Amino acid sequence: MTSLQILWFLLIGVLFSGFFFLEGFDFGIGMAVRFFGKNSAERDVIIQTIGPHWDGNEVWLITAGGAMFASFPMWYASLFSGYYLVLFLILVALIFRGVSFEFRANMKTATWRNFWEWAATLGSFCAAFLFGMMFTSMIEGVPMDAKGNIFGSFTTYVNWFSLVGGVAVSLMCFIHGLNFLQLKTLGTLRDRAQARNKLLYPVLIVGEVLFVVLLYISTDFFAQKPATTWSILIVLVLLTLIAWWGVLKAHNWTAFIASGLSLISVVVLIFNGLFPRVMIATNSAHSILIKDASSSPYTLHLMTIIAFSVLPIVLVYFIWSYWVFYKRLKSPKAA
Amino acid sequence: MLNAGLTVLGLSRFQFAMTTVFHFFFVPFSIGLAFVVAVMETMYVFNKDEAYKKMAQFWGKMFLYSFAVGVVTGIIQEFQFGMNWSEYSRFMGDIFGAPLAIEALAAFFMESTFIGLWMFTWERFKPGIHALFIWLVALGSSLSAVWILAANSFMQNPVGFAINKSTGRVVMTSFSAVVTNPQLWLELPHVLMGAGITASFVVAGCSAWRLLKKDHESFYRKSLNVALVIGLIASLGSIASGDFQTRYLINQQPMKFAAMEGLYKDSTNKGEWAIYSSFNTKQHKTTSSLDVPYVLNILSYHKLSGTVKGQNTVNKELHATYDKKFGKDMNYYVPTKTLFWSFRIMAVSGGLFALIAIVGLFFNRKKSQAIMKQRWFLYIMGLMLWLPFIVNTAGWFVTEFGRYPWVVYGLLTIADAVSPTSTVGSLLFTNIVYFLLFAGLGLVMIVLSHRVLKAGPDAVDMNGYSAEDTNGKVEDPYGTEAFNHD
Repeated sequence: MTSLQILWFLLIGVLFSGFFFLEGFDFGIGMAVRFFGKNSAERDVIIQTIGPHWDGNEVWLITAGGAMFASFPMWYASLFSGYYLVLFLILVALIFRGVSFEFRANMKTATWRNFWEWAATLGSFCAAFLFGMMFTSMIEGVPMDAKGNIFGSFTTYVNWFSLVGGVAVSLMCFIHGLNFLQLKTLGTLRDRAQARNKLLYPVLIVGEVLFVVLLYISTDFFAQKPATTWSILIVLVLLTLIAWWGVLKAHNWTAFIASGLSLISVVVLIFNGLFPRVMIATNSAHSILIKDASSSPYTLHLMTIIAFSVLPIVLVYFIWSYWVFYKRLKSPKAA
Repeated sequence: MLNAGLTVLGLSRFQFAMTTVFHFFFVPFSIGLAFVVAVMETMYVFNKDEAYKKMAQFWGKMFLYSFAVGVVTGIIQEFQFGMNWSEYSRFMGDIFGAPLAIEALAAFFMESTFIGLWMFTWERFKPGIHALFIWLVALGSSLSAVWILAANSFMQNPVGFAINKSTGRVVMTSFSAVVTNPQLWLELPHVLMGAGITASFVVAGCSAWRLLKKDHESFYRKSLNVALVIGLIASLGSIASGDFQTRYLINQQPMKFAAMEGLYKDSTNKGEWAIYSSFNTKQHKTTSSLDVPYVLNILSYHKLSGTVKGQNTVNKELHATYDKKFGKDMNYYVPTKTLFWSFRIMAVSGGLFALIAIVGLFFNRKKSQAIMKQRWFLYIMGLMLWLPFIVNTAGWFVTEFGRYPWVVYGLLTIADAVSPTSTVGSLLFTNIVYFLLFAGLGLVMIVLSHRVLKAGPDAVDMNGYSAEDTNGKVEDPYGTEAFNHD
């Protein structure tokens, strides 16, 4: 394993972290359209909070996918072909939610507005749920041949652990989205989002405990890396508690950052557990290792230069665009 | 042996073709329209004529729809290399992944961030700065074309690589060779010019329909002018770049070229160019054709003499070169009818676009009312808004079918590229769902664009992208007056 390979393993982790932090609240806001917004005017404001941003946030996923292809083609090929139907459903969900904001705003009848609102909500929920399910089932280990082809059965993808993982991730995204809503709105929306999250955090804590128990049973994380796994889990629970505190005390920034970081800590948990593998096979001899999965040193070197020269520029205007829209939106007046 | 029918290979190919063709309805339209809108807004910045601002907002609305559908169908493109073509991804990852990642990093971030800024800040930045946003969107989308075509060009003409002896996979040896691939710099201008044609002729076509109804005459005539000027430049550029590209093929991909010209036998020195041909593809014969002498040589070599190799000759050459590696049973003939007719659709349309643009600009000159009287011409232009989409598709048919049987020219066959894990059942299911989804999306796109067009330029109030609030009154959600921090 070379240092470049490790660097790119970390960078893929960073890109997925960025994706879950940013698209996490996008998904949450999408779910909030129907699960939280009470009427059309409220839903307008909810959608407007991410209006200028959701598209840029989704690019983190595209970049993560592209970077995985470029730096670890064997990983990309196994994962994407092995999770064919799961990814297909994710794509369908992303399509529905992606066009829903634009289409909804231009529908004339209530029926069609409802249709695209539900497309936003269910699309966001399904995307978050399926991503959670995919990554959870991936760390359980999957049946793979020596070439890295996954031949899974239904229960490879759908089992108690992966279902809990899916629910947990979608719940975390929903909560994260409501924290974002508190940060970006004034008035009733902000107050109600706070009230809702006060109730949701205890549920999330129960979910996290259940997740840890199943993680212990279903993966080799605790056997392979007890110290780091426990540390990350403690950080995850601490961040959840901090975010809860932030919600209770109406510290919007604290709550938002903490819920975002708790999503990132899940990514860290997964990447820490994977290392030095990228895919875990049920027959451990077939697991794909970082050292075997990567591109050539030439390509990794090239990608490193490009990433470190382009990414800082991207971050400057990306963050600037958030600064431009750093304003709270008013809740609509009660009808 | 086209592997049609319900096999994993056939269904995977169908899926790739369907998703890519659908995606590529929106890509050139968005790239071109970003540019057209940027030109309109720039004219507003310099002329201070509100009409141009309205124009940028009005056509910008259609751009936003197209962009949204382009984005969501674009993710399919990136994912399906791994999903459906995992062997391809393993074989090509070292080279193919890099441009894809750079595309996301250098182009998509720029596009999506500045589109958000452009949509929501009409009243917040000085016009010059605001116009800069849409220029950056246009630049970002053109950059994305550079990188994705760099990837495609490698598949057409592999350069800057070596084969790893132990794994049998491609490894990159020279990034500069990959990005200076001559194929890329011939393909790119043609694609960008095609994008210009697509956007400008859709704008022109929509304007024509409104002018037929005598609606907002001055607005649509101005739009028409901007569109046709860009359309004329783009169609001339497209013809020129297409000519370069075609002639490049004679040596680079002779099979593709021969099929485009419908040649099985070598051409004679007289250079007969077929306007029409019918083929017996099983026996590799041209059964009848209507020929014009010398045109083939003019097109191929820009002179009267010369000969072009037919598919039968090329087939023998390819067998001689590749039999050791791919075996004697390989079929190197490409789908001749598809290439022959696709090429003719492109060539004829290219000329037609230029002609229509010239005539349109003449009828639409400032002091004349000719354009309003020539209703037949407006009808033609109105119908022609669909043509660019057909022509773009035809172009990719030539490029991609013409590479048969390879997915990476001379290195990897399509049959060897497919995911070993795919099953007919799941592919059938996903193909059907994609098809229904695309049909639905396409329909909504058309309905929405038509609605924008019918509502007219006065209805567009682009303070936010959700222009129509439920109360009917539109408020800029990010305008300063909307905020009072408690």
